[in-house]
Amino acid sequence: MSSDHNDEGRRDFLMVAAGSFAAVGAAGALWPLVDQMNPDASAKALASIEVDLSPIKEGQAVTVMWRGKPIFIRKRTADEIKQAVSADTTDMRDPQVDGDRAKKPEWLVLIGICTHLGCIPRGQSTGDVHGDFGGWFCPCHGSHYDTSGRIRKGPAPTNLEVPPYAFISDTKIKIG
Amino acid sequence: MSDHSSSYVPSNGFTRWLDERLPIIRLMYDSFIVFPTPRNLNYLWTFGGILTFCLVAQIITGIVIAMHFVPHGDHAFASVEHLMRDVNWGDLIRYTHAVGASMFFAAAYIHLFRGLYYGSYKSPREIIWIFGVVILLLMIITAFMGYSLVWGQMSFWAVTVITNLFTAIPIVGEGITQWIWGGYSVGDPTLNRLFSLHYLFPFIIAALVGLHIWALHVVGSNNPTGVEVKSKTDTIPFFPFYVIKDGFMVVVFMLLFSWFVFYAPNYLGHSDNFIEANPLQTPPHIVPEWYFLPFYAILRAIPDKLFGVIAMVAAIVVLFVIPWLDTSKIKSVSKRPLFMPFFWLFVITCFALGYLGAKAPEGYFLLASQLFTAYYFIFFIIIMPVIGLIETPRKLPDSITEAVEGKSGKEGASS
Repeated sequence: MSSDHNDEGRRDFLMVAAGSFAAVGAAGALWPLVDQMNPDASAKALASIEVDLSPIKEGQAVTVMWRGKPIFIRKRTADEIKQAVSADTTDMRDPQVDGDRAKKPEWLVLIGICTHLGCIPRGQSTGDVHGDFGGWFCPCHGSHYDTSGRIRKGPAPTNLEVPPYAFISDTKIKIG
Repeated sequence: MSDHSSSYVPSNGFTRWLDERLPIIRLMYDSFIVFPTPRNLNYLWTFGGILTFCLVAQIITGIVIAMHFVPHGDHAFASVEHLMRDVNWGDLIRYTHAVGASMFFAAAYIHLFRGLYYGSYKSPREIIWIFGVVILLLMIITAFMGYSLVWGQMSFWAVTVITNLFTAIPIVGEGITQWIWGGYSVGDPTLNRLFSLHYLFPFIIAALVGLHIWALHVVGSNNPTGVEVKSKTDTIPFFPFYVIKDGFMVVVFMLLFSWFVFYAPNYLGHSDNFIEANPLQTPPHIVPEWYFLPFYAILRAIPDKLFGVIAMVAAIVVLFVIPWLDTSKIKSVSKRPLFMPFFWLFVITCFALGYLGAKAPEGYFLLASQLFTAYYFIFFIIIMPVIGLIETPRKLPDSITEAVEGKSGKEGASS
């Protein structure tokens, strides 16, 4: 009967080997079907833009599109910079000093999407509501952001995100 | 039920030939003609038939709408308006589909509460109940995807807010969200895949409805007394009795349905969805369709993003385990005097959450949302298990026949 036992062991091995092989094959075949949903080459091709800052005056803000998202660019006034720099970060939900958020103090570049559930905060034009901290206010669920785009009040968990950007000249930035 | 032997007799040569090869007529005959059904079902039991009607109506109108709809970010909104204004009967067909979604949910919620009240989730009907909850979950996803296709402001921002819920997941949330979007924000690729899946899901629902009915036909229908069928006098054949009863209620339901379609087709919608999607401007108040409001209220009741999402998902997931949370051996709430007020308070809670879901989550509204959200979960997790153990239920009738005919019916039952 020992030969039968040997056979059984061999058969088990063949079963496990065939099963594993099929499982790996199925997973390999599944991956393209899953990955095709990720951002495609055309979406990635739009990954960076250049913005000319020279027409923006002090106290003014513009909105540009980057990767389908609104980017807030604001030339801050001396007052706004002072508020942003002097604010006490210890009580903030997402503590960050202004120097870590603006490469040059007068220029603030932010992704204009509320970090709560993705609405567009108000505060870009001068007539808008700016919230309790002089920056932006999200009307969906009432998040208040300060002049550095930091969350100060409301349900949003984090500050308005700063996109990756670099100054390519004094009046031009590249976002992305 | 499943163990009754088939009484189908093929009437001619062809059906005899077919019956020996594919007994499909026998299956239909046994399931929908002679099928023994409790004799005491009330009108709340007609909503299964009404829901079948709703599903078929949605699929037919949906297939027709897909002939005119263009699933592209630049053209979707215009193609819907084209359907409404230019296509023959297009407005009627679209309004039937849009109102149909609301009617479908109204019927589904009544069906669900009927199951809750009469304990239709209890042994041996747990599988029927679980399939029902899966169907509800798929209905929610399907309706949400369908609403997005209009590509109006409310569509766009609903997709934005709901897909952003996934960003609450630590570490992988961002990646999952971009995978769903097919980009870095909601856009054309998102719309395209939502359309593809919106077309697919109703057919998955139809298949699950098949399993739901199959499981139902194995153990048989529950009934208002909660006493199981014991003898032949407890039942009547499905045809003609329940075919007529269900058919009558489908017609009554269609009257209400038609009233909305013809007289108030936009009453249940939101005016902001007549503005084309604009990714640079959020509407001042984002409100979901009425049938999602209770869940939306639960989401917003909790001031933390991640826990808000968890609570909203849990509000549906908890339904799966009700068969094991309810410790009572008595099915019908009507026989459970201690449990009954808690049940009705739960019904009121669902309506209250629906009301609060449309209000800004501030001040007293927020507080009320939190209280009702708390009760929603307390009802299932604490009240259901505890009351089942401590209450003394009312006396049950010996049989369905006795419940219908009084004690005199017993002789009939024993014959």
